[in-house]
Amino acid sequence: MNEYDLIIIGGGVIGASIARELSRYKLRIALVEKEAELAFGVSKSNSGIIHPGTQNKPGSLKGRLCVEGNRLTRIIAKEVGVDFQAVGELICAFSDDDIQNLFALKKQAEDIGVPRLEIVYKPWLKINEPNLSSEVVAALYAPTAGIISPYRWVYDLAENAARNGVDVFTNTKVTAIESGKVFTVHTTNATFESRYIINAAGLYADDIARMVGIDDFTITARKGEEFLLDKKREYIANHLLFPLPTKTSKGILVIKTSDGNPMVGPTAEVCESKEDLSTSDEGLAKVFASVRRMIPAISERDIIAYFAGLRPVAGEDFIVRHEDRVPGCITVAGIQSPGLTAAPAIAVMVVDLLKKNGLDLKKKFFFHRHRQKTDHLFAIPFNRTKQLIQKDPEYGDIVCRCEMVSVREIKDAIARGARTLDGIKFRTRAQAGRCHGGFCTARIMKILAEELNVPIANITKRGMGSEMVVKERT
Amino acid sequence: MREYELVIVGGGPAGMAAALSAREHGINDILLLERDRCLGGILNQCIHPGFGITYYKEILTGPEYAERFIKGIHAAPEIDVRLQAFVVDLNKEKIMTVLRPGSMERIKAKALIMATGCRERTREMAHIAGTRPSGIYPAGLAQKMINMEGWLPGNEVVVVGSGDIGLIMARRFSLEGAMVKGVVEIKPTCSGLIRNVVQCLEDFNIPLYLGHKIARICGHDRVERVTVVRVNDDLNEIPGSAFDITCDTVLLSAGLIPENELIEMAGVKIDKNTNTPISDEVNTTSIPGLFVCGNAFKVYDVVDWVTKDSEEAGIQAALYIKRNP
Ligand SMILES: Cc1cc2nc3c(=O)[nH]c(=O)nc-3n(C[C@H](O)[C@H](O)[C@H](O)COP(=O)(O)OP(=O)(O)OC[C@H]3O[C@@H](n4cnc5c(N)ncnc54)[C@H](O)[C@@H]3O)c2cc1C
Repeated sequence: MNEYDLIIIGGGVIGASIARELSRYKLRIALVEKEAELAFGVSKSNSGIIHPGTQNKPGSLKGRLCVEGNRLTRIIAKEVGVDFQAVGELICAFSDDDIQNLFALKKQAEDIGVPRLEIVYKPWLKINEPNLSSEVVAALYAPTAGIISPYRWVYDLAENAARNGVDVFTNTKVTAIESGKVFTVHTTNATFESRYIINAAGLYADDIARMVGIDDFTITARKGEEFLLDKKREYIANHLLFPLPTKTSKGILVIKTSDGNPMVGPTAEVCESKEDLSTSDEGLAKVFASVRRMIPAISERDIIAYFAGLRPVAGEDFIVRHEDRVPGCITVAGIQSPGLTAAPAIAVMVVDLLKKNGLDLKKKFFFHRHRQKTDHLFAIPFNRTKQLIQKDPEYGDIVCRCEMVSVREIKDAIARGARTLDGIKFRTRAQAGRCHGGFCTARIMKILAEELNVPIANITKRGMGSEMVVKERT
Repeated sequence: MREYELVIVGGGPAGMAAALSAREHGINDILLLERDRCLGGILNQCIHPGFGITYYKEILTGPEYAERFIKGIHAAPEIDVRLQAFVVDLNKEKIMTVLRPGSMERIKAKALIMATGCRERTREMAHIAGTRPSGIYPAGLAQKMINMEGWLPGNEVVVVGSGDIGLIMARRFSLEGAMVKGVVEIKPTCSGLIRNVVQCLEDFNIPLYLGHKIARICGHDRVERVTVVRVNDDLNEIPGSAFDITCDTVLLSAGLIPENELIEMAGVKIDKNTNTPISDEVNTTSIPGLFVCGNAFKVYDVVDWVTKDSEEAGIQAALYIKRNP
């Protein structure tokens, strides 16, 4: 039996943020995730925006946690060595009537504490966002909006948590929970025991809740389709571009990503299934028609990848609470947008709830606050590349031609926990470029098989069932 | 910074032919850069016969065709070959940054020939809707997996697009005991060579669906099936024509895209439709002394034309070097 003080169920950005925050204290903590790797749920397929808080209602949990999360993300990203870029956002108005709405939006955002907002007009826009449509007459500028790589963020948070003593279990699906004096958590991998459990299971938070007898919420999935464009178009926009939100839609955006590729989306459609990650022709048409209102030069021809993500929705707002009927159980559910942004603030809130509900929190004598930043050739200048190659020849052995990823980076990703092709892609960008792995997939499979010492037939795209090869000639 | 009279990027059939031809025309300070571990490029994975019919008047396999050039290169002391050498950066002065295991260096070329070949059009570029499970491969990747690595990627295959690589891979999968359930081509005619339609599809009873497209790929972890629809003259779906094919593998053979990102980085004008350099003359670009040959210049049906085209590029580069001493 694995005994812990606390078990976190779900290894997305919420689970990883909570794990990292709690790893400051003298606690035995396990983070359990059903997929082959962390960040394979909602946290892998989103817009990667650290929102300023301009879209949230005053008085909402979302609004407060978003503003606070934005502040904390900047600090923690630096500590754990992830790039955060404060690119700023523009919410675009297309008519004079809209300008009034911009002012209303500005007022509302200032009320919840969003700093440094400004209304900007055509002359400013012409200089700072030259590809913007001339139909845009003004915009609300929020300089605190930023971008982050959502998966690298999760991986690096979890790695830092592990450095501070958190045990991470992947391929470990929680199947039943007995609540008594302690919780007995049954999984597909092992049985765990703990005094506290945190339900951060994303789309399946309602299933976990049912396991302890909580049934006052259900999670529905709202799908968002997004389309990534060739890196060649990196500077098609300089800011995150939003249309003014309407009653029916929050709007489809032009997004900058931390990897350089522009992205357009997301749609917002209610989805029957929590597993339906399909994209559609209709989604594509809708997204491109919408974003061309802001940047007319955006073309379908530049698409290099697309995906769909499912927002876990449990009503209007987030649910972050202690279940008084099940002492020791914390629910973090319905974490739709801006959940990526709010994650570090949610983590702090969870620590507070635990404290209020009897968990004895003693700071560790030594907390490893910092994590050495991972080296990515695509993100560093050539003189640094040269030093790296001189230190380790494998930095000069390039595997992925489109994104310039070396053997060393792939092996490093595996050493840090990558077990699948997608895991390698998310960590290193290998296979994420314009040829989409056409040239490098076979080599990466061989490196994975060698480093993990498994047959090629066991190498998967993203876990059991997604094997790449059905037979190996012997 | 080492300077060469002629640098050639790409050690496939195009780069090798250009190097040999430039040498024959009096250039004796040549550097040939190849990122792979061996010369030959894509020919190494093309183990089927059909190469050299016009150039050598013989029927060779890809590796056999490549071997003749590799021998020539190795016999030429004027041609310096560097393998696992990856050009990551190029400017209009023809100065490039080259990474190799253990080294990074800057190299300047008086004349430069780019022979970087093509990449395959992906499922994403064809905008096929549906899910993204494992089991979707560009045909060239599947070819590498089977022929070079000895891995069989799947058991039940649908090929999207009727390009030659797709047709050849349909046969290859059949020979490996897999079931090829059809080749789906959106156009009313086949894009591959007639001989490949006969030898790769008809001989194996593989259905060719002309005027059809894949509307969606289904499957969660691995491909489970595809939905196929018939299209009208505008290539749009004809309502009511949909049918499913169960399969675990989708091969994409929907065309090739010349790889010209390096010269684009250097400032060469590129035609957005073809991804090839805009120029008045064959093999030239908007930067004097910078040439492009082989499939990077134009997607050729057979290697024989690539060789001819690249020999011309070698001559042009030699002339340029002599005129600009
Ligand atoms: C299209 C789209 C765009 C978005 N854009 C943004 C944005 O720009 N900015 C922003 O702030 N937010 C954005 N969001 C929201 C953000 O992505 C989510 O709020 C956030 O990722 C939720 O994280 P999570 O950890 O709660 O969920 P998840 O990442 O899904 O994590 C939950 C984990 O629990 C695991 N799990 C489930 N059941 C079990 C079980 N029984 N046993 C073990 N493990 C289990 C799952 O596998 C999963 O990994 C967007 C969302 C979508 C869909």
